[in-house]
Amino acid sequence: MSAGSPRLGRYVLNGAAALSLGFILLPLIFVTWLSFFRQEIPSFPPEGYSLQWFAAAANNKSFIDGFVLSLQVGIVATLIGLVLGVPASLALARHRIPLGPGVSTLLLLPLVMPGIVLGTSTYVFQIEVELATEIPVMGSLGGLIAAHTLVVIPWVVRLVTASLAGFDRTIEEAAQNLGAGPITTFWRVTLPSIRPGIVAAALFGFVTSFGNLEMSLFLVGPGRTTLPIAILQYLEWKIDPTVAAASLIQIVLIGVAMIVTDRYVKLSRVV
Amino acid sequence: MARLSISHLKKSYGDFIAVDDVDIAIADGEFLVLLGPSGCGKTTTLRMIAGFIPPTAGSITIGERDVTALPPWKRHCGLVFQSYALFPHMTVAQNVAFGLEMHKVPQAERGPRVAEALRLVRLTGFDDRYPRQLSGGQQQRVALARALAMQPQVLLLDEPLSNLDAKLRLEVRVEIRELQRKLGLTTIMVTHDQEEALTMADRLVVMEKGQVRQVGTQRELYEKPADRFVAGFIGRSAFLDGEVTAPGRFRTAGGLDMVCAAAAKPGPATLALRPERIAVGGEADGLPNRFTAKVEHASYLGALLDIQVALDEHDRMLLQIPNRPGLTEPQPDESITIGWAEDAGLVYPRGA
Repeated sequence: MSAGSPRLGRYVLNGAAALSLGFILLPLIFVTWLSFFRQEIPSFPPEGYSLQWFAAAANNKSFIDGFVLSLQVGIVATLIGLVLGVPASLALARHRIPLGPGVSTLLLLPLVMPGIVLGTSTYVFQIEVELATEIPVMGSLGGLIAAHTLVVIPWVVRLVTASLAGFDRTIEEAAQNLGAGPITTFWRVTLPSIRPGIVAAALFGFVTSFGNLEMSLFLVGPGRTTLPIAILQYLEWKIDPTVAAASLIQIVLIGVAMIVTDRYVKLSRVV
Repeated sequence: MARLSISHLKKSYGDFIAVDDVDIAIADGEFLVLLGPSGCGKTTTLRMIAGFIPPTAGSITIGERDVTALPPWKRHCGLVFQSYALFPHMTVAQNVAFGLEMHKVPQAERGPRVAEALRLVRLTGFDDRYPRQLSGGQQQRVALARALAMQPQVLLLDEPLSNLDAKLRLEVRVEIRELQRKLGLTTIMVTHDQEEALTMADRLVVMEKGQVRQVGTQRELYEKPADRFVAGFIGRSAFLDGEVTAPGRFRTAGGLDMVCAAAAKPGPATLALRPERIAVGGEADGLPNRFTAKVEHASYLGALLDIQVALDEHDRMLLQIPNRPGLTEPQPDESITIGWAEDAGLVYPRGA
């Protein structure tokens, strides 16, 4: 082989990377472009540009209600996911738990399960619970939050476990040697050391919950729609760029959240 | 500062006995070093004193207080970890103040005490740095300041110098020792480094396989090692296996007879000789034990020459002779005369 082949290999690798990045970015670019089109039916080339669709999105009541609901569900589910997931990660990383690897896989499972399967099974489960206990679970806000917590937990377990793997436990011993009991040691030494993992987990958990469509479709009650569902419903009747504008607002919000988080915690180090 | 006493301390993990019936008493202000090869139980002993490992049996008393059942955070002993274990998310000052805060020292008192601790380790002005901004030696000193700031009853050092480079190690050795003397700190240090142990300790505890082999000063350990292990571990010894044939008489495995004041009870034994007690060449003239030995191997070590010799087919020993101007190392197969006095050797029964 000639000396040119390693260089060729690098061209192929860079090309593949550029192609993959293109696949990810191209829809975002088109959504952004489309949201500024003037005409109602998207067609190329655009007839002109306008900001009217942003105004339309901002004035759409079902979008606003959906946004508020998604925000509420996302925040609450993320908090519950952290409260459950952080102790679970600590227990899994530090103690010999019977069936530990099995439990760990189980907690990560919602991440790989197809959304439709997860949605169907949660739907059936909630109906069964309601039939058995006569508590109105199905279609309730609590039911929706519980289901969203399910998709937050894998992120918490994965990211917190990863930050615990590189954690030097002698600093906990140092704290105890200096007079700190177990609880103080946890709050003052353990938690600050795994904070990057927790912050990243909260961010990714929230984004997953906020964007969840498949599972929410099964679980929302009458008059209660999340933003992704509101967008889907809108698309059933109209294809004007309002949806593109609403999506762009979401993309910008999530992007800003990522950048702000990254300033405090280097996401590339934890994820 | 306080006395510390350990009595009948034992730790076993299933069938494995890590620490076996250790009895040590440390006086107020004394610097005691636990020395031994890795796996001898010295670190386990230190961690039991700090409270991180519950003993299987025995008790630990600090001052007048039995601390055996107390958790680590109630023992009030300052531990400097091998890895320093500084809190990475806190500044130097916050690290040092942590122990004061935990012991509910009033806010107004903390500042001066942190400053004083940092001054002692010569790190004044480093208050606002983070551990990652410090060199290994500086981190080590912060760890020391952190342990000292809370005015512990005993100071525990777990191989505190092993992560420093050789030159720095010599400096820090002296620094720690001076600080310990000045403050009158009751200190226990664990190390596997013999030279470090000898230069720093008031007294040493030699451990092997979970047991204390000997407790004593440097001179006691070197001149009167309690057993063959100590004789080989502290300083060097040349060993000859054989038997005591009668009081004052020793015969090697190869059948060489020698006079030896330490030989008492007849039976299988090992004769141990310190290298400086073995005379070589003309210096051996007139000594009661005088032999011709064949050089097998010689190495030049600068201040010393290491010479492996054979007295006969069975009896081999390692000599160390001081270098001096004009001395050339003996060549293999060369014959040299060696000799020693009647009171030079120590005898340890074998198979006992």
